[in-house]
Amino acid sequence: MARYVAKRLLSLVPVLFGVSLIVFFLVRLIPGSALEMYMGTQVEATPQQLEELKRIFGEDKPVPILYVQWLGRVLEGDFGYSLRTGRPVLPDILARLPVSLELTLLALLIALLVGIPQGVLASLTKNRVVDAANRMAGLLGLSLPQFWLAALMVLVFSGFRGWIPMGNYIRFVSNPLRNLLMLILPSLAIGVGLAAVIMRYTRNSMLEVLQADYIRTARAKGLKRRVVIVRHALKSAILPVITVAGFNTGYLLGGAIVIEEVFALPGMGRLALYAIYQRDYPVIQGIVLVIAALFVLVNILTDLLYAVADPRIRLDEAGR
Amino acid sequence: MASGRFSRNSIAMTGAAIVALYLAVIVVAFFWVPFDPLAMDAAHALQPPSLASGHVFGTDEFGRDILSRIMRGCGVSLAISVAATALGALVGTFMGTWAGFRGGRWDHWIMRVADVLFSFPSLLLAIFVMAVLGEKSFNVVFAIGLVYIPQFARVSRGAVLAIRQADYVKAARSSGAGSGFILFRHLLPNILVPLVVQVSLSLSVAILLESALSFLGLGVQPPAPSWGNMLASARKAMVIAPWTAIYPGLAIVLLVLGFNLLGDGLRDVLDPRLRNVR
Repeated sequence: MARYVAKRLLSLVPVLFGVSLIVFFLVRLIPGSALEMYMGTQVEATPQQLEELKRIFGEDKPVPILYVQWLGRVLEGDFGYSLRTGRPVLPDILARLPVSLELTLLALLIALLVGIPQGVLASLTKNRVVDAANRMAGLLGLSLPQFWLAALMVLVFSGFRGWIPMGNYIRFVSNPLRNLLMLILPSLAIGVGLAAVIMRYTRNSMLEVLQADYIRTARAKGLKRRVVIVRHALKSAILPVITVAGFNTGYLLGGAIVIEEVFALPGMGRLALYAIYQRDYPVIQGIVLVIAALFVLVNILTDLLYAVADPRIRLDEAGR
Repeated sequence: MASGRFSRNSIAMTGAAIVALYLAVIVVAFFWVPFDPLAMDAAHALQPPSLASGHVFGTDEFGRDILSRIMRGCGVSLAISVAATALGALVGTFMGTWAGFRGGRWDHWIMRVADVLFSFPSLLLAIFVMAVLGEKSFNVVFAIGLVYIPQFARVSRGAVLAIRQADYVKAARSSGAGSGFILFRHLLPNILVPLVVQVSLSLSVAILLESALSFLGLGVQPPAPSWGNMLASARKAMVIAPWTAIYPGLAIVLLVLGFNLLGDGLRDVLDPRLRNVR
């Protein structure tokens, strides 16, 4: 197992390297340098000052060298400085990370809690009409734009402002209940799509497992239907579902970017949007890096979880 | 025959009917819309839907007719989605097929590139590309297409790997067929099934991505109507005029649902492994 973990973690290195290349060079494509943008509103600078600024903005060397220097700084946790506020980028991102993470985790929880039971129920129905209705509901869930759902929720619940706090953000540590109440609608808006995906996967996975011999054996032994379904069938049917949920966490993170804006939540996504509107490239770069790294990490964790649950995976890998 | 199975599959047929409806709307909107979708009319701003005034879906905060804007926006949203999916499908399929067919180093490096593109959540990648390239419709196509490249690469590579060792490919090779010939004559036609399904599902996600980008102000720029930017401007007046947000959103949901039904149904119809499951 240790070897498998090491191997998977090692495979992260080239991927993260590629991510850093894309993040660095895409921003280089922007017409006009960061320095020019910064200078746009400034008074004339002397040649010495300009040289100094070029050095600070890292525009005094050929691009490949700049990349290596930038990568070095990033690895030390120095993501540069915001062009607008002049503050270091990373602390600002990390301060907003908890909001986005909480939103993502709540959305994942909602998706699992809705999707899995619904999928199990869907796999058990013999009724064609119910089956079709389930399928339709699943596809409809996939078709709802998260931000539209969020906007409709704001619309509907704006009449209930007393119960559901909106507006000024309340941190979890200062009032857990009001914090959760505040995040429940946004997480719902983000999670509905994934709930539909999980429902469909659970159903298909269950249908496959229910055909297996050991299920027939368990039934023939006279075990209760509930026990057969939950302890025997769901236990193995849930594996691919967990993988799908894990790989879709990035989709939730992406959704959080839009939803935070609709609900005015002070998360990373909102920071990213303001940075984009203000062309604050170091901040954009930083956020894209952080989210991509998180996403890659979650995918690896999902892989490892799968390997823990299903010995065939790691034995297969070791055998190669 | 596949066409018979298709017409008997109610899911696929419903999806096809919905998509056909939108295509018809595009054609109609090309020649006629009830009102000029760009004409502002301050005297009739935020009118509720009514048959009497002719504004069946109401008007927005500039007094523009919402139905006309939805109809014109249909072409905009669909054109971007089709172009983006085509871009991603062509590049991704070529990469994936080549990787699966040649194997070895080609396979290794092409799939590493796909892995890297995969490590960005799709919406984030699209937002990032738009932020860098600037808000132009062509850039939206590029941003969404880029998201699809790794997806099509994986699907087509997997499909090619599954048939690469098939006897008819070996036979073609031993009778002297070149790589290009085998690729186009033998491999591509045989991996079309998963690709067709992927295209249909990609179209649905492209509509959602385009509307999200436009909603954030990073996609189609006003005054040109797109469903996403209609929803963005609706946010200001939504509480007093809910129709400004409801109808464009429904337009998105129904079309996306259409593509999802079509894709799901096509999978039933085309994938032989699923054919006899109920």
